Amino acid sequence: MSVADPKGLAYWTVADTARRVAAGEVTAEDVVEQTLARITEHDATLGAFLEVDASGARAAARLVDQKRAAGAPIGPLGGVPIALKDNLVTKGLVTTAGSKILAGWVPPYDGAAAERLRAAGAILVGKTNLDEFGMGSSTERSAYKPAKNPWDTSRVPGGSSGGSAAAVAAGLCAASLGTDTGGSIRQPAALCGVVGLKPTYGRVSRWGVIAFASSLDQVGPLARTVADAAALLQVLAGHDPRDATSLTAPVPDYGAALAGGVAGVKVGVPKEYFGPGIDADVRAAIDQVIHQLRDAGAAISEVSLPHTGLALPAYYLVAPAEASSNLARYDGLRYGARADAPDLLQTYMRSRGAGFGPEVKRRIMLGTYALRSGYYDAYYRKAQQVRTLIKRDFDAAFREVDVLLTPTTPAPAFPLGSVSSPLDMYLADVFTLACNLAGLPGLSVPAGFTPAGLPIGAQLLGKPLDEAMLLRVGSAIEGAVGLADRHPEAFA
Amino acid sequence: MSAEQKLSERSVAEMLLDWEPVIGLEVHVQLATSSKAFSPSGTAFGEPPNSLTDPTVLGLPGALPAFNRHALELALRLGVATSSQIRAKSRFARKHYFYPDLPKGYQISQYDEPLCEHGHLDLIVGAELKRVRLQRIHLEEDAGKNLHAGTVSHVDLNRAGVPLVEVVSEPELTSAEEAAEFMRALHRLVRWLDISEADMEKGQLRCDANVSIRMRGEDRLGTRTELKNINSFRFVQHAVEHEIARQLRIIDAGGRIERETRLWDETLGQSAPLRSKEEANDYRYFPDPDLPPVMVDGGMMGGILKTLPELPAVRFARYQKELGLSPDDARLLVSERGLADYFDACVAAHPSQRGARNLANWMLTELLGALNAEGKSITESPMPAPTLSALVVLVENGTISGKIGKEIFEESFRTGEPPLAIVERRGVQQISDEAVLAPVVDKVIAANAKQAKDYQSGKDGLFGFFVGQVMKETQGRANPVVANDLLRKKLGR
Repeated sequence: MSVADPKGLAYWTVADTARRVAAGEVTAEDVVEQTLARITEHDATLGAFLEVDASGARAAARLVDQKRAAGAPIGPLGGVPIALKDNLVTKGLVTTAGSKILAGWVPPYDGAAAERLRAAGAILVGKTNLDEFGMGSSTERSAYKPAKNPWDTSRVPGGSSGGSAAAVAAGLCAASLGTDTGGSIRQPAALCGVVGLKPTYGRVSRWGVIAFASSLDQVGPLARTVADAAALLQVLAGHDPRDATSLTAPVPDYGAALAGGVAGVKVGVPKEYFGPGIDADVRAAIDQVIHQLRDAGAAISEVSLPHTGLALPAYYLVAPAEASSNLARYDGLRYGARADAPDLLQTYMRSRGAGFGPEVKRRIMLGTYALRSGYYDAYYRKAQQVRTLIKRDFDAAFREVDVLLTPTTPAPAFPLGSVSSPLDMYLADVFTLACNLAGLPGLSVPAGFTPAGLPIGAQLLGKPLDEAMLLRVGSAIEGAVGLADRHPEAFA
Repeated sequence: MSAEQKLSERSVAEMLLDWEPVIGLEVHVQLATSSKAFSPSGTAFGEPPNSLTDPTVLGLPGALPAFNRHALELALRLGVATSSQIRAKSRFARKHYFYPDLPKGYQISQYDEPLCEHGHLDLIVGAELKRVRLQRIHLEEDAGKNLHAGTVSHVDLNRAGVPLVEVVSEPELTSAEEAAEFMRALHRLVRWLDISEADMEKGQLRCDANVSIRMRGEDRLGTRTELKNINSFRFVQHAVEHEIARQLRIIDAGGRIERETRLWDETLGQSAPLRSKEEANDYRYFPDPDLPPVMVDGGMMGGILKTLPELPAVRFARYQKELGLSPDDARLLVSERGLADYFDACVAAHPSQRGARNLANWMLTELLGALNAEGKSITESPMPAPTLSALVVLVENGTISGKIGKEIFEESFRTGEPPLAIVERRGVQQISDEAVLAPVVDKVIAANAKQAKDYQSGKDGLFGFFVGQVMKETQGRANPVVANDLLRKKLGR
């Protein structure tokens, strides 16, 4: 283990980079060149990127430098190198969602995330690896290549935003964006020892997010510090009329929340998240965090979320049902890969047969089954009713406490190829799913390491639109744990 | 026509004594919005293929729908005009099937929570209104168009995403004529309310028909077939007529009706099977998670109620009952809102309600004739309604004769000069004063002594000759009633 070289910019925070570029201590072009050099050096090992946009990044950096030279504002993220999960649409830059069916697709438009980052002066350095269409918890289900965990490259980085988490953990970008449908930001953040924030459903526009499950998907940042996550959320959050589920609530100053401390904050610990299946090291780390919060003046209490056990089955009806519908558009006719076939039906069957991977097909079949005529009530509707019960559990808990604390995952990163059963893979998200079903904000913050040096994440769940509270408590945990400047040795 | 066909037609007519056709219609109406149902692209007809598209219309990855509120307003107007129950909270659902003209692999429609239910549409049948119940009116988006050129097919997505309402009748139409009348009534209504131009040539009003037959007196419906591609009033009538006969012949031959979808071919005058029940899609409907429920509040409803005009069926009844118009005139006047509004404005400008029949006559013959000759619609009429009304009053109160009235109409229509001004300038006021006409009558009788004698001795036919002479002397200005009275008196019969 080593502390990052203070002279290299690999592990500079977002705020540091932005400040130094704005002050002229370093040019955006230098930042980008060093970032690209690091990606070239390390990504063959990590597999974090599917596409690196060297020329686009250089052009954007030059623009930032020119603006600065001309005395024009360069934006709050001016010159900060950021990577986007490859299910976020980027104009002119190949976007595949990790699927062969979108191989080579160059979007003619920017999604809201890319738009907002660019407008804030950020440099989009590339697109990160993911489980195909976000369906997975290890990034092994990428149709292109698996990504590796920078702390132990024989292990998975988690998923589906595994590339985004690995790239941030290994200092290949200042921060990144992921999407979270059932834990896809928080779980890889925990496994890679970075901060991952899933905002309230509707807080960040889904315009340009390649849909997995529309009622669950949400874009959010992965970063090395809570403050960096707050800085990115500040740019991403806000109403977008192109997304009918986007919320109109005003966006608070997230940075201002960070220094609030936890004195008097009521932290609930849901007993259902501390069952027998949880890894002893994870348990010990979370217990340690609980002690630290109590020492810092937080009021800790046990709460109950009685329907927690129903989250996984409900999720695996809702998410595949919506996915089976969202993925109907990939028919090989307008974009992406089209198979040669003698007629229309064969074109559909062969294009989809060859274009989708096995996990995607499994979920399309699950979802198609759940939505069959006559089965809708028994499956999809019932699952939606369960969602309501889960929401009510949270509502009741949040009448007593300000925030909930849980482990992000039951166990640290597992070895590549070690989880072969789809069901076992689904269990990796068992603590993160309920948050999406209820539409709540969730934050994973590093809580320590196992004796073998694998990161452990603590998860904070908050009231709708109370990201500020998550950032405030997360920042306190970050300070108490005191490991934010520890970085993987192999990527120093 | 062959003898065999004649025979079968006779048997169809005979069979209809025992068998009752039952028809339900599903009519798609394009809403007259300037942008699409869920995205900003335009909706114009006849633009270059795929020019009215955007990421949402194209179904690009990452694109999302955002509902066009104007489409909701238009659909609500139709819901209110058909006395439908309006859901305060309705929902969009996805209807899935694979086809090249459907870019997302699903159509955004409404399923178990439609905007409107249990309304009705009033048909004009003869002098009466016939009320047909509506199952539902729901919102949805249109698909694109496939164009086949030899072995190659092209897709034009300009129409994809255009907002529609689907109007579904209860199965309670009982003849092809009624089915066509339903289409006409709906066409009239949506144009009346500016909901749609409903131009059938542009596919803005499209109809599918469900047809079945059952023994008269039977409550249960027979097996139905669905007819597609019947996009004109005439096609509907032909296709339904043909389908009723086809089903009757099958039954007559001891066969069974199969549940199937059939495509009507107007050129051939027959339908062909498109798909059977077994081939039907499972559409896997579920609420569209990209779109929040459609909420309708009291404010919206109030705004619509306040601006809703008197409906065509209501006016049709009023014109007969209150204004004494014939059913034919009433039907013609309500065929277009512009006509009815013009007529109402004429009636309003007229001092007496009893003038309505005259006003209708003048409007439907003189005014429409003149407009037609110039290829103008009623809303482009150079003659405002009060002017036509004033002209009719001049005829009614005897200031001018009907014959002169037509001349005055033509001049006023052409020049815009008020009728009374023309009458005064031309000095063509009718002469009704006996003191003025008496010397003229005396003069005519004196100058035609022989004819007067013949008339007095019984040649009745000569009376018209004397009237003509009086008219000639007065350049047609003599009031014929007064002139007739004087002639009778003075000729002594």
